Amino acid sequence: MDPLTTWLLIAGLAVSSFATRGAFILFLARLPIPAAVQRGLRFVPAAVFAALVIPDIAFAGGVLKLGIDNPKLVAALVAGPVAWRTRNTLATIVAGMVALHLAQRFLV
Amino acid sequence: MLPVLPGVATFGLISGVAMIGSGMTPFAAMAMSVATYAGTAQLAALQLLAAGAPLVVIFFAALVLNLRFALYSLSMAPHFRSSTTPRKWLYSYLLSDNGYAHFITRYATHPDESGKVGYYFGACTAIWTVWQTSTAIGVAMGAGIPAAWRLEFTVTLTFFALGISVIRDKAMAVAAATAAVTAVVASGLPYRLGLIVAAAAGIAAGLLAERWTR
Repeated sequence: MDPLTTWLLIAGLAVSSFATRGAFILFLARLPIPAAVQRGLRFVPAAVFAALVIPDIAFAGGVLKLGIDNPKLVAALVAGPVAWRTRNTLATIVAGMVALHLAQRFLV
Repeated sequence: MLPVLPGVATFGLISGVAMIGSGMTPFAAMAMSVATYAGTAQLAALQLLAAGAPLVVIFFAALVLNLRFALYSLSMAPHFRSSTTPRKWLYSYLLSDNGYAHFITRYATHPDESGKVGYYFGACTAIWTVWQTSTAIGVAMGAGIPAAWRLEFTVTLTFFALGISVIRDKAMAVAAATAAVTAVVASGLPYRLGLIVAAAAGIAAGLLAERWTR
């Protein structure tokens, strides 16, 4: 990665992360937010996290794979209930990684 | 100790390893970590950069991912109303998924309790310190971690856990499920635009579900 691209990337990401974090604490503190927008914002984390994670789990090598021969899918099926029950990130990671390696070993 | 810290540490470690793996110098990697302090956007940006996406597209994708911070900002703003401006800058910089989640689960039901801003600052400082330290360790280990460990998958699992933990009602589950299906269907779109399309579809579905279930 050339230095110019690297530093432009860092600067751009820094502005984007600070501007969004400070948006209402610093910059738009007096802006009235329409109720409809507030209701929509409520769904942002769930929608963004799902959109971020699920394709990575469902695709293997660029191909949609929805069987037990997809170790990431098996890992997600194990980790999902753990996340739901415990609401604990570390427990979810441990369960998912163990399942991933077992599935790679025995199901592929 | 905050229960989120092990997750933060793992994610920081992975982030450090990923930055070195994508060809950044250790100095640039730590500069990125301190200047942006946004693991999700950092990793997505590196992934896009490796896929040959132009910077404009990367910034747009990062902005979409960072939009959730604006949501947290909106929700935190009333708590900081009596803080000084320099402190608001500091509190904005420190705002993170885990810090927000931690604060809001405790104070959403007791908004008038005293000491809440100090609690926020303490929790967020702990998270920031663990994040930067574990990132530095990841940067130092760099390519020394065998690829066969599949450590990159722990990032996916982290977001998976976070995604499940934010689902509090049926409408939110509908939003997540719709976004998930849309993201898979739209994954062929260039520049990871599928992410944006899927997030929009999920939010719309959540709003509709909320209206119908009321």
